[in-house]
Amino acid sequence: MTSLNTHSDPLILEMRSITKEFPGVKALADVSLRVKAGEIHAICGENGAGKSTLMKVLSGVYPFGTYTGDIVYQNEVQEFKDIRASEHAGIVIIHQELALIPELSIMENIFLGNEPTKRGVIDWAEARLRSTELLARVGLREDPDTPIKEIGVGKQQLVEIAKALNKSVKLLILDEPTAALNESDSQHLLDLMLGLKGRGITSIIISHKLNEIEQIADEITIIRDGKSIETLNVLADGVDEDRIIKGMVGRTLESRFPDHEPKIGEVLFEVKNWNVGHPQIQDRLVCKNSSFFVRRGEIVGFAGLMGAGRTELARSVFGRSYGRFISGHVYKDGKELQLKSVRQAIDAGLGYVTEDRKSLGLNLLDDIKATTVSANLRKISKNFVVDTNKEYAVAEEYRKSLRTKTPSVEEGVAKLSGGNQQKVVLAKWMFTDPDVLILDEPTRGIDVGAKFEIYGIIQKLANEGKAVIVISSELPELLGLSDRIYTIFEGAITGVLDKDQASQESLMKLMTSARKSA
Amino acid sequence: MNALKKLFGGNTRQFGMIFALVALIVFFEIFTEGRTLTSGNVINLFNGNSYILILAIGMVLVIIAGHIDLSVGSVAAFVGVCVSLFIRDWGLPWYIGVLMGLGLGVLIGAWQGFWVAYVGIPAFIVTLAGMLIFRGANQLVGKSNTIPVPTDFQYIGSGYLPEFGPNTGYNNPTMLIGLLGVAFVIFSEIRSRRNAKALGAEVSEAWVMVLKLVLVCGAILYATYLFATGRPGTSFPVPGLILAVLVLVYGFISSKTVIGRHIYAVGGNRHAAELSGVQSKKVNFLVMMNMSLLAGLAGMIFVGRSTASGPFDGVGWELDAIAAVFIGGAAVTGGVGTVIGSIIGGLVMAVLNNGLQLLGVGADLTQIIKGLVLLIAVAFDVYNKTQGKRSVVGMLMKNFSRSNEIKADETTQTTDVISKGA
Repeated sequence: MTSLNTHSDPLILEMRSITKEFPGVKALADVSLRVKAGEIHAICGENGAGKSTLMKVLSGVYPFGTYTGDIVYQNEVQEFKDIRASEHAGIVIIHQELALIPELSIMENIFLGNEPTKRGVIDWAEARLRSTELLARVGLREDPDTPIKEIGVGKQQLVEIAKALNKSVKLLILDEPTAALNESDSQHLLDLMLGLKGRGITSIIISHKLNEIEQIADEITIIRDGKSIETLNVLADGVDEDRIIKGMVGRTLESRFPDHEPKIGEVLFEVKNWNVGHPQIQDRLVCKNSSFFVRRGEIVGFAGLMGAGRTELARSVFGRSYGRFISGHVYKDGKELQLKSVRQAIDAGLGYVTEDRKSLGLNLLDDIKATTVSANLRKISKNFVVDTNKEYAVAEEYRKSLRTKTPSVEEGVAKLSGGNQQKVVLAKWMFTDPDVLILDEPTRGIDVGAKFEIYGIIQKLANEGKAVIVISSELPELLGLSDRIYTIFEGAITGVLDKDQASQESLMKLMTSARKSA
Repeated sequence: MNALKKLFGGNTRQFGMIFALVALIVFFEIFTEGRTLTSGNVINLFNGNSYILILAIGMVLVIIAGHIDLSVGSVAAFVGVCVSLFIRDWGLPWYIGVLMGLGLGVLIGAWQGFWVAYVGIPAFIVTLAGMLIFRGANQLVGKSNTIPVPTDFQYIGSGYLPEFGPNTGYNNPTMLIGLLGVAFVIFSEIRSRRNAKALGAEVSEAWVMVLKLVLVCGAILYATYLFATGRPGTSFPVPGLILAVLVLVYGFISSKTVIGRHIYAVGGNRHAAELSGVQSKKVNFLVMMNMSLLAGLAGMIFVGRSTASGPFDGVGWELDAIAAVFIGGAAVTGGVGTVIGSIIGGLVMAVLNNGLQLLGVGADLTQIIKGLVLLIAVAFDVYNKTQGKRSVVGMLMKNFSRSNEIKADETTQTTDVISKGA
């Protein structure tokens, strides 16, 4: 504890040589982290590097005794035995997957587990007063009685922070807070973090979005393979994205996109005058008279803010798997298709990789081989009996060609990292041999190295003569990958730009405004 | 322990259950002073539990698909009374009666499947309604009377295999079935091992396979011996034979066929299954329909065994079947479970019941013990999972991943869901 005073700024937290082992795996090996009071400290590392494990050690999810090393917080060695203990000390962690209850109101969620009481009865007047105040502090203008399920993810994130503030937080930990947010919500959240810093609250942020880290962090600790590699001071060390990536992967990536020479042919897939209604709300359209086409060998990007209707468009085209179909035409090779079910869409040569891998894309109980063949069981079946030998062989082939990191194809998909899970999903759709492949946020939650590989796979598919559609919230990704980019705003296609015309600015303009001229 | 695990594959609960079953049998064999493993008792055990085990086969598929069926006891009773009436009042031969009973089961299943799959009402509600409806229907049609069935119909519930061939002192057909069973086990084990090797997959050491085969075949041969040496006129019972055929057929369907894969897919993550082209409504419909078909069969076997249909047949069967399935390793949330596991789970309950009866333990205590066994079996599995013995990642994620996924419950439509946030 004497070491604390040797530095100019007082430390609020010091984690000393933390080692955490799981049976057979050393998740953290001798990791150290020093966080100064009042700063925003970022933790960067590839998926599986150990960032989340470290934060779980800190917050008491892995209680004292299950790890080795010391946690020194506010000049005292702490022995948190559960989350309550760490929260009591003022450390609050907000997980990537929000822990809010959809049916309860904003107010009820803020005070959940921490209800203000008067003689054992909840004091709702007090709760309302305090929640109004807390909501004002996080800049959320919503009625405290609104149910959580009725507000967007961005606002839910703010409710989480309000909940943390209510616990008089001193050290706030945010795990991938902006992963599911659109640009403006992300910006609001980052501004809020800077505001909290102004009030003396220390934050630790884990994020894959390096531009955000560069924007708000004071210091960055990089973790790789369960070890702390370095701590950078953003101002003093002149840190930029490339510098962070270098630390994360242990080498410099010359380019974040593989080289690609597009071989574009004739129009393969076309959608005309597509209109789709909202599944529950009458008279509301999620796709408004949308038309687009994709050529053979072309990678077409779909840019739009979250909720603009990109996924809605893709899913409704993919066998009407979202919303109420109203009108529109789908053509492949000039012939009109009737795609009334997902089965028909797959049979017609369409494939769709979902944006939400865990809840819509994968059966997490399955193993790799069963997942790989799950969209095309017919190809390996005879008289409705699955040939498990072929299944194994197919899965093994894709494991090798996509370089999926796994001990065997009999491993459960739940055990894989995000990047490897995505490779399995890609394998599943490649095995259906689609002519048109729609990829919805193909690199969400995937680390830099795996992203590069996924881009390579996408480009290879295009070069095989498939029409590829990529939906993404990350504009640099769309700009790096696509040959042409459509923009979507409020369910309507507002423009289309060729690769050489497109820039972040020009796209953003089209993504945020209705079409000027017909 | 590790070597034992290798013998029976990685599934801890299934392994645990086989172990528990053997331990129970040994325990009762000792404490009943040899009255457990006698021909008469083992034949009785199969005769008296085959209908529950048949229900467990259907129930495990329902539970894997993420549903439940509370109506099976009532459906069994209703089909039983109808078939008895067909035979008595219309003078139909017994086999036409059986076919009509199966047809009736399919119709009832189609009715329940329609509500579950195409209207989207949770199966719990649909089959709770079915439980009342078909119990009432049984008593209405049968006027709450006992309706006897002819002797040839009783064959399916209490019959034995005919004697033929040379007088060996054993029941020849039983011996034949036992030997065929052994040959099948050896053949399939060797074949799957050869295939795995050809594909370059990991195979266990040769001694593991040999030991496994010796144990399994030994068990089969011993059972064969018991069944074949009962008092004259008895053999492997007919209901047991029906059960064995169903186990093979449904075991194959669930693990090796397209529809089987689809059942697991729908139960594991319905949205993901639908977006992979699985027609989940059809799957749900078929699973519910199949359950009532098997319930009808179980009902007829029971009527055959008890020589008459009555107004209180099948009361509580649904709970026995469900207990067997959960003891056998299925998950309440769907997507997990095996036919063979459920049979083992059912046998654990049956042996327990039988052994306690032989020991003279009252029905009151027996129920308490059975309840505790169910609870402990599932608790053991939950404990194993939270301890991360099955997977490291599972442990890493234990507090967060599972609870925060959206579970595709029965009422949300894939066409309404975009992702977690929306």
